[in-house]
Amino acid sequence: MSAPFRLATGGRIDRSKPLRFTFDGAAYTGFEGDTLASALIAGGVHLMGRSFKYHRPRGFLTAGPDEPNALVGVGASQDRYTPNLRAPVVELHDGLVAESQNRWPSLRFDAGAVNDLFSRFLPAGFYYKTFMWPKSFWKTVYEPKIRSMAGLGKAPTAPDADRYTQVYAHVDVLVVGAGPAGLAAALAAAESGRRVMLADEQPEVGGSLLHDVTATIEGRPAAAWVAETLAALEAKGVQVLTRTTAFGYYPHNMLGLLERVTDHYANPDPKLPRERLWQVRAGEVVLATGAIERPLVFPENDRPGILLADAARAYANRWAASVGKRVVIATACDSAYRTALDLKAHGIDVAVVADLRPMPIGPLVDAVRAAGIRVEAGTAVTGTRGRLRVRVAHLSRLDGRGGAHAPEPVACDALLMSGGWTPTVHLFSQSRGKLRFDEGLQAYVPSVSVEKERSAGGCNGVFDLAAVLADGYAAGESAARATRVRAPASRAFPVDGTHPVTGGHLGAVPHSRNPSAVKAFVDFQNDVTAKDLKLATREGLRSIEHVKRYTTTGMATDQGKTSNMNALGIVSEAIKAPIPQIGLTTFRAPYTPVTFGSFAGASRGDLFDPVRKTPSHSFAVEKGAPFENVGQWKRAWWYPRPGEDQHAAVRREVKAMRSSVGMFDASTLGKIEVVGPDAAAFMEMLYTNAWAKLGVGRCRYGVMLREDGFVMDDGVIGRLAADRFHVTTTTGGAPRVLNHMEDYLQTEFPHLAVWLTSITEQWAVTAVQGPKARDVIAALVEGVDLSDAALPHMSVVECRVCGVPARLFRVSFTGELGYEINVPADHGAAVWQAVYEAGQAYGITPYGTEAMHVARAEKGYIIVGQETDGTAGPDDVGLGWAIGKAKPDFVGKRALARPAMGAADRKQLVGLLTEDPATVLEEGAQIVADPVFEVPARMIGHVTSAYESPTLDRSIALAMVKGGRARMGETIYIPMPDRVIAAKVVAPVFYDQEGARLNG
Amino acid sequence: MQTYSALQLLRRAFGGHQSWEPLWRQPALKPAYDVVIIGGGGHGLATAYYLAKEHGITNVAVLEKGWIGGGNTGRNTTIIRSNYLFDESAALYDHAVKLWDDLSQALNYNVMYSARGVMMLAHTVHDVQSAKRHIHANRLNGVDNEWLDPEACKAFCPELNISDNIRYPIMGGALQRRGGTARHDAVAWGYARAADAMGVDIIQNCEVTAIRRDATGAIEAVETTKGTVKTRKVGVVAAGHTSVVMSMADVRMPLESYPLQALVSEPVKPTFTCVVMSNTIHAYISQSDKGELVIGAGTDAYTSYSQRGALHITEHTLDAICELFPMFRRMRMLRNWGGIVDVTPDRSPILSKTAVPGLFVNCGWGTGGFKATPGSGNVFAHTIATGEPHRINAPFTLDRFRDGTLIDEAAAAAVAH
Ligand SMILES: Cc1cc2nc3c(=O)[nH]c(=O)nc-3n(C[C@H](O)[C@H](O)[C@H](O)COP(=O)(O)OP(=O)(O)OC[C@H]3O[C@@H](n4cnc5c(N)ncnc54)[C@H](O)[C@@H]3O)c2cc1C
Repeated sequence: MSAPFRLATGGRIDRSKPLRFTFDGAAYTGFEGDTLASALIAGGVHLMGRSFKYHRPRGFLTAGPDEPNALVGVGASQDRYTPNLRAPVVELHDGLVAESQNRWPSLRFDAGAVNDLFSRFLPAGFYYKTFMWPKSFWKTVYEPKIRSMAGLGKAPTAPDADRYTQVYAHVDVLVVGAGPAGLAAALAAAESGRRVMLADEQPEVGGSLLHDVTATIEGRPAAAWVAETLAALEAKGVQVLTRTTAFGYYPHNMLGLLERVTDHYANPDPKLPRERLWQVRAGEVVLATGAIERPLVFPENDRPGILLADAARAYANRWAASVGKRVVIATACDSAYRTALDLKAHGIDVAVVADLRPMPIGPLVDAVRAAGIRVEAGTAVTGTRGRLRVRVAHLSRLDGRGGAHAPEPVACDALLMSGGWTPTVHLFSQSRGKLRFDEGLQAYVPSVSVEKERSAGGCNGVFDLAAVLADGYAAGESAARATRVRAPASRAFPVDGTHPVTGGHLGAVPHSRNPSAVKAFVDFQNDVTAKDLKLATREGLRSIEHVKRYTTTGMATDQGKTSNMNALGIVSEAIKAPIPQIGLTTFRAPYTPVTFGSFAGASRGDLFDPVRKTPSHSFAVEKGAPFENVGQWKRAWWYPRPGEDQHAAVRREVKAMRSSVGMFDASTLGKIEVVGPDAAAFMEMLYTNAWAKLGVGRCRYGVMLREDGFVMDDGVIGRLAADRFHVTTTTGGAPRVLNHMEDYLQTEFPHLAVWLTSITEQWAVTAVQGPKARDVIAALVEGVDLSDAALPHMSVVECRVCGVPARLFRVSFTGELGYEINVPADHGAAVWQAVYEAGQAYGITPYGTEAMHVARAEKGYIIVGQETDGTAGPDDVGLGWAIGKAKPDFVGKRALARPAMGAADRKQLVGLLTEDPATVLEEGAQIVADPVFEVPARMIGHVTSAYESPTLDRSIALAMVKGGRARMGETIYIPMPDRVIAAKVVAPVFYDQEGARLNG
Repeated sequence: MQTYSALQLLRRAFGGHQSWEPLWRQPALKPAYDVVIIGGGGHGLATAYYLAKEHGITNVAVLEKGWIGGGNTGRNTTIIRSNYLFDESAALYDHAVKLWDDLSQALNYNVMYSARGVMMLAHTVHDVQSAKRHIHANRLNGVDNEWLDPEACKAFCPELNISDNIRYPIMGGALQRRGGTARHDAVAWGYARAADAMGVDIIQNCEVTAIRRDATGAIEAVETTKGTVKTRKVGVVAAGHTSVVMSMADVRMPLESYPLQALVSEPVKPTFTCVVMSNTIHAYISQSDKGELVIGAGTDAYTSYSQRGALHITEHTLDAICELFPMFRRMRMLRNWGGIVDVTPDRSPILSKTAVPGLFVNCGWGTGGFKATPGSGNVFAHTIATGEPHRINAPFTLDRFRDGTLIDEAAAAAVAH
């Protein structure tokens, strides 16, 4: 398709590189350097979408990321589809597929537009006042309807095909924004030799200079100065990031930046990520984020073809796209006069400049008049016509009493407006810096910084080019010197061809039309009008935050970039309070929306959380073992033989272990080495047990409590030397236990000379359990007397196993004779294999976590986190014996003395035997005393572990039951949805009560 | 109070909506009140409402240092459910869910309570055990909660990734169908409007700076930035700032305040009809009526009063969302914010009188008190009015941390072995 609105010359587009693309199925052509917006404007397209609530036709308002209207869905396939992209920042590439949103059946004929007709019944917050009757309709009728009306684009339906990466960086000075202020700041900082990073969200640096065709800096045209400065910066090693938006300012000068890497390519290199998330920690930050032009709030200010004046100038100068053939300009600010001049220079007919100000003066105004353009002072636009594109603007002279005279219709195909400029203080405000309302500028500007940061240029309320450059340079220099004192413009940049800009308007534009019959939009995307804001204030919502939430002004995807200040102006007038008294709504990160995927980065699939594997992992894989996720670890669940299901495998594993010998990979157990002259004293405080008298070479089962007296962790602890303990923890609890220990060591017991080291990954552990365990390892262990007398149950010895250094524990979590061979992890696989081979003579059976669970339950050994749940004290789970009664103190001791800890009806650990031995209870099932009950039932406990015991050949269970130890022999009941199961309360140890098998 | 209805909306439309009355008055602070509520969040406003409605106590002021609903009430992800483990908690939260059910009608303000179902995912054997334990306990307490296998989870939430190729594959989920969401601001405004109509004074921009006690130690007055108010009864409902306020009466609270973050995506057409939570990988998600995906994160690791959290917490949450819902990876975060949550050692709230005569406290809701708003206000009003707890909040005393009768809902997320 031809591009009737493409200007013959100029622009930063490459006319030798045409790019084809489609919008709503129609084909268009643009050029390299175009955005989707500029290419469509050149093609004469202004109808871009439908608004949120009233489905009003909307076009482009801006030429940047502040765009509220022209949102499109981009992507040819669902796995690369992105909704809600702002057309002005979508860079064109060949083959780009874009579509409009929020319309049905088509953009031109949208059924939702009936809302516009009924709009008088849909004022701000109407949904709070209705849809309450009949009650059931909310869920079935009203809410689904509201939901289907809401939302703009459509979420993609297929998993994202792209990748994202993350980068962390440290710099001395981060400059955000590469307009004149940012470039000058980077220049200053770079000259001092600091590490400087300069980031800008646009594809090229230059900011507003990219569409300034008249200004010169240091005698060179602005664009040439930009190119030279960029070259100078790069030569000095400044890291320049384009297409990179600083979206969030986090504490301690950490900024989040999003770099768009491939979206602008037709066929991106598959090795490249789509986006990079930068987390930059900066010594000093210079914010040079510029300013955003404000619309004027007049009736019907939202039709396609009504744009911000400077946006129209940018489309013409930077992209050689004309917004129309005959334009009307409505303004309250000098900057729109630049637009008038530049458009006229491009041969576009500027019908009239209507200025709200009664007496606009200054060089720009003079220049416009001199160019023969009609200027009407004290004149406002009070209405417009045109369904899918503006056709007529109604110009009315203001009467000076808050009203306007009869309008003069002026035909046009574009209406350009400027209400002045709002400094982009978003990041400053996110940094918790304090803003100040500048009466002269009628704008909030940065006042007191909290972080090591300074603002420069437009975002600092400085608008004259020479001053902007000087301000930027001074900011860059003070940042480089890391001082708060800004040297008075230590470098002046002579400029020409540019004029200072003043003027602006906040709030609604006066008119004499019936206010309840017209819509003057403030927040375009959310369809919030001046009327809505006034209604909110009438309804008593006077805080600006309330007004925002009630009307949704400023809550659309542009977060009020173009609307917040006008909303403030209207509220200020409505409640007769000056703006600074009303305050400002909080600026929340991010500045512009950030892709979820970029936060996730590489954290997907296996990289979501590190996968920790034990040395026997590949052995288990070979054996076809399924794995269980335990914390970050993969643990072999069982080792099936051909044809075996879980049940059969577990049964075989337990039986083999009990009758001969089994082996188990216990490497995942947390291990912490507690070392130092005060190691024993420290252990005394952290565990309930007594440690001082534990002999070297002996082990003890330790119980750790939280401060509140509840069981936190447990594990066997060996004393390797007077000043050295080898502590084991539960698999999932290891990090928590180490944190807990460090916390106490550093905050409560800093006087103790103790060092804590996590050694979980340093030692691989092969547990060999069963009556033949000693026979199996005897051949592998060097120089240790393994006899019961020399190495009894609960002892540890440092030795060599299979020729490598080892810590050999004689311990058991199965109730059988058992050893745990700790060897340096690198040797883990070899030792595991050696044990396996040595065990062949005894039919050694590797067993997984499930068999381990069953075996320990047969023995009544608890698992912290399964029998306990953060509400069980040591005595509740039968560990009262592990509390050192004579100890003066330990963490949790005081809490154990609380009355409730000794109550008779505390839940206590018991065993359960179902009446029907074949019935295996469900873990988590609740227990009642009486099989006949009403809901809510009085529950007396719950089942914590339940298995079919291969050893007892019947079901067994462990449970926590109120007053359980006093209920031995009683029958209690487990109500299931379909039946009630009876079970007898028994002691929790089902097998070898005397512990005979552990010894010998 | 003006009635809200479709008919009224229609009628007033013809007058250009000029005749709507303010939702609440802007009263001046009176020198004395029967009851002063400190904190104009949902819980404080609900308390005032039920004091007036059910106990006839209307000479009440709600003092809010900022704007009502501007604390956690206006910052939360609005998940409502009552499938808590312990009898005490189930009773409290279910009391609230029952009130939610016709709250819009009771307040004549549409709070948009939407029982679209809350599904809590299990990723490990331990999760499954814990979920089943909840389900059994809930069933016997008359609270709905059902177990879904992975396929049933997927049927309930078609976007869910139940494949094995994620790091922590989904092993099932617990679904409470009566769970859902509501519109947070509307809850604050609806209670405020109804309470105001009964005579309660809602005083905004009024920070309490001191609590005065008489010679017997009893409450006598509170000092505020708008002057002194005499009162014999004070209800402190200040969420993350409760410790600060209570210290004005020399009461030390067993609370820690942490930042908790949430975020929303850009609005899209309906794509997600339920609420999904995963405690194990720390994420929860729903879609608001406005179309935004509403996503909650875990608390920061460190205590703070700064209403913002660390970026890596957001990051971690979105990791999890992208794993569970890979089609949302291209969705974009629109707004991110934090609130300060007040966490007790047992993760259950405190709704209690105190050792100071006339001083009552309602706090400790931590990361999950929005759902309890109506129930909390209801029983707290009873406690203030009668001086004694309601049956339902009787277990939620301040003293339980002294005597050890804890209600540890963190048990639900106990250690994974
Ligand atoms: C990000 C986030 C997500 C959450 N998600 C959920 C969820 O999905 N489901 C759920 O059930 N809960 C959730 N919660 C928790 C829930 O928001 C809170 O538990 C609940 O809203 C608390 O209500 P409140 O009225 O007690 O507190 P708030 O709403 O915080 O009210 C306390 C008020 O006290 C005021 N105040 C403090 N000090 C003073 C003083 N000195 N003088 C006067 N006024 C004072 C404050 O300004 C504030 O307005 C979430 C919380 C957060 C932060």
